[in-house]
Amino acid sequence: MKQYLLAVHMVEGSPMPEPDVMQKMFDQVERVNEEIRTAGAWVFAGGLQPADTATVVRSEGGSTTMTDGPFAETKEQLGGFWVLRCADLDEALAWAAKCSEACMGPVEVRPFEDEPPV
Amino acid sequence: MDLDSVYRAEYGRCVATLVRLLGDINLAEEAVQDAFAVALEKWDSLPPNPGAWIVTTARNRAIDRLRRESTREARHAQALLLHHRDEPEEVGPVRDDQLRLIFTCCHPALSPDARTALTLRLLAGLEVPEIARAYLVPEPTIAQRIVRAKKKIRDAGIPYRVPAAEELPDRLGPVLTVLYLMFNEGYATTAGPLIRTDLCAEAIRLARELAALMPDEPEVLGLLALLLLTEARRPARLGRDGELVLLPDQDRSLWNRELIAEGHALVRRCLRRNRPGPYQIQAAINAVHTDGDATDWSQVLALYDQLEVVLPTPIVALNRAVAVAEVHGPALALAALESVDLPGYHLLPATRADFLARLGRDAEAAAAYDEAIALAGNETERAFLTVRRAALET
Repeated sequence: MKQYLLAVHMVEGSPMPEPDVMQKMFDQVERVNEEIRTAGAWVFAGGLQPADTATVVRSEGGSTTMTDGPFAETKEQLGGFWVLRCADLDEALAWAAKCSEACMGPVEVRPFEDEPPV
Repeated sequence: MDLDSVYRAEYGRCVATLVRLLGDINLAEEAVQDAFAVALEKWDSLPPNPGAWIVTTARNRAIDRLRRESTREARHAQALLLHHRDEPEEVGPVRDDQLRLIFTCCHPALSPDARTALTLRLLAGLEVPEIARAYLVPEPTIAQRIVRAKKKIRDAGIPYRVPAAEELPDRLGPVLTVLYLMFNEGYATTAGPLIRTDLCAEAIRLARELAALMPDEPEVLGLLALLLLTEARRPARLGRDGELVLLPDQDRSLWNRELIAEGHALVRRCLRRNRPGPYQIQAAINAVHTDGDATDWSQVLALYDQLEVVLPTPIVALNRAVAVAEVHGPALALAALESVDLPGYHLLPATRADFLARLGRDAEAAAAYDEAIALAGNETERAFLTVRRAALET
C-alpha cells in the first residue's frame, strides 16, 4: 500500500462562494470522507485557512527568521488536503475524481516518498 | 539467422513478461538486453521458440544479478521471482503482459509525449536515437522523457494491469491515440523524407496485438482496419521519381490486395457490431476509397458527416471539405473551409489553393500555394505543392 496526498488548490483573491454553495460543498465532502473511511483508505484530511495566515520559518546558523505569508507568492495556494492509503495510483486517481467533484475544484495527486511503516 | 528481426519481434513481448516477473521496468529491460547478448554469443541457429528462450534466459540472468545486489528493490524483485517459481520452467512471453504494459505506458497520468516515447521504447524496442529521429527531438530530450516516465510509473505506483471494464472507455483512448500517432508519423513525417516504414510497421504490429487481445472492442478493430487500409495504398503513393501521387491518380494495381481484404473484413465486423466510433468511421471511409475502381465520393461525404458528429475537429472539417468538392463542386467546398481554423498546418492552404485553382481564381490559388509551401515540413510534399503552383495559368 502506498500513501497519496490529494491536495486542493485555492486561487488567491477569488470571491468566496455563497453560503449555500459552501454548505453544499461541505456536505459533499463529508459524504466522500465517509466513503473513504468505509473503504479503509482514510489516513488524514483537513481544510486550511487562507494563505495570508501562513508564516514561513527559516532556521539557519542558530538564528530563526519568520516571514509573513506562504512559501511562494503564486495565485494558487494549498487550500486543503487528504492523505489516503491506496493500492496504486489508479485507486488514488479514482478517489481524486470524487474529491474534485465534491470540493468543486481540481485536486493534485502526489505519492508519498516511502511506504508507511507497517 | 536473423537476430535483428527476432529482436524486433520479441523484444517488447519479453520486456512485458519480465516486467510482470520482476515488478520493475528497468530491471526487466536490463535482463532482456542481457539475454539477447547471450543469444548473440550462443545461437548458431534459431531455437524452436526464441521468445521463450529469451524470457527464460532473461529471468535467470535477473536472478543472478539480484543475488549480487542487496538493495531493497533487488530483494523485492527477488521475492517476486521466487513467488513465480512454481510456474513451468520454459515460460514464453505472455500476450496479456504486452497489453498490461501498453496500458501502463499510455496511462493518462503520463504526458502524451512521454506515452509515445515509452511505448516505442518498451513495446516496439526502438532505441532512443531512433525515436529522437522519428520525432525530430534531441536525443537527450527523449531519453529524459523516458527516464521521467519510468520514474513516475514506479514512484507514483502506476499499476501494471489491464483496466477494468468500467475504466476502459477512458483508458483505451490514449492507447489508440499513441498507435495512431505512431503510424501517422511514419506515414507523413513532419520533416525529411515522406515515409518511415518502420514506424508504420510497428504501429500495425501493436494494433494487431491489441485487436487479438481485445476482439470485442470495435474501436480497436476500427483502428487496425484504418491503419491496414492506409498502409495498403502506400506502394502507389509515390511516383517513379519519388513524387507524391494523389489518390485519384494512383495506380490501383500497386495497392496491397491482401491488406485491403483484411481491412474490409474488419470494417464489416465493426458494422455488424453497430457501435460506431471515430476510428471505425475513418476505417469505413478508407474502405470506400479502396472499393472498386473509383471512390464513391457521396458515400465518403456521408461518412464524414457522421464523423464530424463524433469527432468535431478542424482536421475532420478539412477532410470533409475535400469530399464536398468532389460531390458538390469547389465553390461549396471553399465555403466549407471558411470556418476551419488550423494555424500552421500546410494542408489547409494547400486544399484551399486546389479549390481556388479549380474555380479559375489563379492569383488567389498561387498565394495559397505559397502559404502552404512555406508551412510544409517534408520535402516530398513541398515539391508536390511547388509543381502544382507552377501548373497554374499565371
